[in-house]
Amino acid sequence: MSEPKTSRLKTVLRDSRLSGVALIVLLLAFWQFSAMYFVHSPTWPTVTRIFEAWFENIADGTLATHLFATLWRQMLGYGLAVLLGIALGLAMGYYKALYNLFEPLVETLRPIPGPAYLPLLVLFVGIGSEMKVVLILVASLFPILLNTYSGVRSIDRVQFDTARTLGLTTLQTFRELVVPAASPQILTGMRISLAISLILAILGEMIVSNDGLGYFVLLAQRTFKVPDMYAGIFTLALLGYVLNRLFLMIESRLIRWHTESSGRT
Amino acid sequence: MTDYLLVDGLEKRFSSHGRAAFKDVSFSVGQGEFVALIGPSGCGKSTLLHIMAGLSQPSAGTVRLAGAPVAKPRPEMMFVFQQYTKSIFPWKTVLDNVLLGVKYHSDASREVLEKICLEHLELVGLGRYPGYFPYQLSGGMQQRVAIARALARRPKILLMDEPFSALDAMMRVELQDLLLKLWSELNLTVLFVTHDLDEALYLAQRVIMLSASPGTVAEDVRVPLAYPRQQIETRSDQAYLQLRERLYRNMVAQVMAGRANGP
Repeated sequence: MSEPKTSRLKTVLRDSRLSGVALIVLLLAFWQFSAMYFVHSPTWPTVTRIFEAWFENIADGTLATHLFATLWRQMLGYGLAVLLGIALGLAMGYYKALYNLFEPLVETLRPIPGPAYLPLLVLFVGIGSEMKVVLILVASLFPILLNTYSGVRSIDRVQFDTARTLGLTTLQTFRELVVPAASPQILTGMRISLAISLILAILGEMIVSNDGLGYFVLLAQRTFKVPDMYAGIFTLALLGYVLNRLFLMIESRLIRWHTESSGRT
Repeated sequence: MTDYLLVDGLEKRFSSHGRAAFKDVSFSVGQGEFVALIGPSGCGKSTLLHIMAGLSQPSAGTVRLAGAPVAKPRPEMMFVFQQYTKSIFPWKTVLDNVLLGVKYHSDASREVLEKICLEHLELVGLGRYPGYFPYQLSGGMQQRVAIARALARRPKILLMDEPFSALDAMMRVELQDLLLKLWSELNLTVLFVTHDLDEALYLAQRVIMLSASPGTVAEDVRVPLAYPRQQIETRSDQAYLQLRERLYRNMVAQVMAGRANGP
C-alpha cells in the first residue's frame, strides 16, 4: 500500500504563507470594490485614493518627519526601559534579598495600565517629549523586568555549581552564565515591550503633541483628511511589522544555541 | 597510602525535616587512588560528594584535603556532574566551554590557552569538534567535554557524581575505559559516585558502600583485580563475581532495611 500523494495545492497551503498574503490582497480588492460601487462616503475612500495620499505625504517629507518624531521618542523610552529592566532584573534574580525587597512593589505597580500614568506624568513632567519618553519607559519596563528576573531565577543549580567549581567570581558568573542563560527570556520580555512602546508612543502623541504619527493620524481625522488618516494607520502597521521583523532577526542571531537546541528535543 | 582526601565524622541533616541523610561518615582516599562510592538511592552519596567538593556545607564533621579543611571549591579538585546538558553551557562552543575553566586563572595568551584546551579535547577524543555547539553532540560527547574542561584545569582529584548514568550502555562502556586511561596516564585521584555496583567494581581499586538512610559506611573493600581492566574478561573474573555477589547481597539488605525504617 502506498500513501496517496499530497496534492501540490495542499503542500503550498501548508508550507507557505502565500495564502495569507493573498488574503490581504483580496481584502484590499474588496475594499476598493466596495468604495467604488457601494459605499459612497468620505469616511470610506478607495484604496487607490489612500495610496495616492500616502505617496503624497511621503513625497513632501511629511510622513518622514512624523515617523522620525515617533521613532526617536519610542526608541529612547524603550532603550531606557531595556537598560533599567535588565539591570534591575538581573540584580533581583540573582540576589534573593533584593527580590524580596522589590517583588511586592513590582507586583503592585505592574497591574496599572500604562496609559493610567499619563495624567500623573502631565502634572510632574509636563506635556513635552519628556512626558512621552517617561510614559513609554514606565509601560515598557515591567515585561522586561519580570522576564529578566524570572529568567535568572530559573537557572539550574548545577550551572551555578559549575561556575563555582570553575572558580568564577560573581562578575564572571554574570558574564559567562547569568546573562546568557537568561537571554532567551530577557529577549521575550524585550519583544513584548517593543510592541507596548509603540502603543504608548502613539497614545502620548494623540493626547498632546505637535508631531509624530499619532498626532498625524488624529489631526488628519479632525481635519477630514480621511485618506491621510488611513495612510498614517498603514504607516503604523508597516512600522510595527518592520520593528518586529528586525527584532526577530537579531534575536535568532543572538540565541541560535537556544532555538536550535530546543528544536531538537 | 597517605590520607590525602579525608572525611571525618561527616553528617548532613536537612533543615526541612531534620532527618539526617547520612551521619558519622568517615573514610579517606589516598593520593592516586580510584575509589567508588556506592549506595542505595537516598543515602546521600551525591550530597556527600557535593560537601567534599566544597559546594555545600555539612551539618557536622570535616573534609580535609592534604591536611587543610575544605570549605569552598578548590582548584585541585574538579567536579564532573551527572547533568552534562546543564553543566556544559549550551551557549558556548566546545572550545569555549573548555576555555571557561582556564581563561580566568592564567596570564597566558589566548592562543596558548586555546592550545592547552585543544590538547585536552584531543585527550578525550574530541580533537575534531572544538567549534561545535553542545546540542550538535551526543550525550557521551557532551560528558567528554565536561571531562576535558575539568582536566584542562590540571586538577589532582576528580570528583565524579554519577557521570555516566544518563548515557546509553555502549557510551558508558567507552567512557569508563577512557576514564581509566586518563586516571593512569595523568596520575589522578578519582572519587566516583555511582548507584551501579558493576560500574564501581569495574573501575575502582576500592569500593565504599553507604547504608540506607541515614547513610553510614557499610563496607569499605579493596577490589582484587589488576589493571588494565577489560570489559569482558574483568567482568567474568571469579574474584569480580564473588565480590559482586557479596556486595550485592549487602546492598539488597540495605535497601530492605531502608524500606523497613520508612522515610
